Amino acid sequence: MALKLDDNIFIAQLDGLASWVRKNSLWPMPFATACCGIELMATASSRYDIARFGSEAMRFSPRQCDVMIVAGRVVMKMVPVMQRIWLQMSEPKWCISMGACASSGGVFDTYSVVQGIDRFLPVDVYVPGCPPRPEQLIRAVLDLQEKVQRTGTINAREFRDRDHYEGPTPLATELPVEELVVAPGNYRTGTRLRLN
Amino acid sequence: MPAYLDVLNAKFPNAFTTSAFRDNQRVQLDAETAPRVLFPLLRTLKEQCGFDMLFEVGGIDYLHYPDAVDRYCVVYGVLNTTTGERLFVKAFANDPDPVLPSAVPLWEGANWMEREVFDMYGIAFTDHPDLRRILMPEEYTSFPLRKDYPLRGHGERHNFQHLTRAES
Repeated sequence: MALKLDDNIFIAQLDGLASWVRKNSLWPMPFATACCGIELMATASSRYDIARFGSEAMRFSPRQCDVMIVAGRVVMKMVPVMQRIWLQMSEPKWCISMGACASSGGVFDTYSVVQGIDRFLPVDVYVPGCPPRPEQLIRAVLDLQEKVQRTGTINAREFRDRDHYEGPTPLATELPVEELVVAPGNYRTGTRLRLN
Repeated sequence: MPAYLDVLNAKFPNAFTTSAFRDNQRVQLDAETAPRVLFPLLRTLKEQCGFDMLFEVGGIDYLHYPDAVDRYCVVYGVLNTTTGERLFVKAFANDPDPVLPSAVPLWEGANWMEREVFDMYGIAFTDHPDLRRILMPEEYTSFPLRKDYPLRGHGERHNFQHLTRAES
């Protein structure tokens, strides 16, 4: 028996419907600590206009946000702050790691800069670049929208399985003291002294 | 010879040495005399020689430096705002506990700069009103600008709990 519906009635899965609603209004939490933050602001400007994809409403309260965009290097002292902000965001939430520094530490391989925020937070989308162009960030938002549409569920069941560490393997060794290259060297010849 | 050196020589005979590099004039105090002489010397410079502004406090670690005698050095840059004359006072200190007198009673601006030197080099300043770390976290135990500290640290930067998606 065929059932005839009126033309103004649609049938969809509830999961897909919820994801469709969510993905088109991803409100970012701008966790901007460095130059990537400038590109993040440019992405919101009229020239690049992230509002075309529903992500223009930057809220500075984590309670109102759906996606945390970590833009810039994160130092040791900032990690507890970042984790606290992440925990304060309400479900469902996602995280974009924007730029080389947030994703891997970038050129800042020093004692105080963490080598990628994915060691401490679950990251959904990575954006390469130093800093990434606004188009790349828009691409990341589109990728995240696709991910939300593909995996999203109305009661956030897809997050329940992600109960394991998703970051890179821990750094095997920190540099031992005897490997240390130290300044000051001989500035006339441009060489550096090596201990031992 | 600059006028302030006459005053200093009269008041602190044989307590310091001088040197110059281009237009940088320096007064050096070695580790033995610095704890005793540094504060009265800075006070003399401020009150009798017209060096009324402290524009810089910085630290140096001379570990493995060619011909260095003492390990740590704290550099005080003072400026005479009437004549534009600048002078650097270098006070040395040594392990195991490098200690120097604080310049905060003379210049309030030394407060945070000495905290930074303490944070980075572990040089303590006696009579400092609030000697805490200023850049690194409170629970940090190393002094990262010492030359025997590895560039990548001792792993402190990864000493945090990680959050999985299911629990956060």
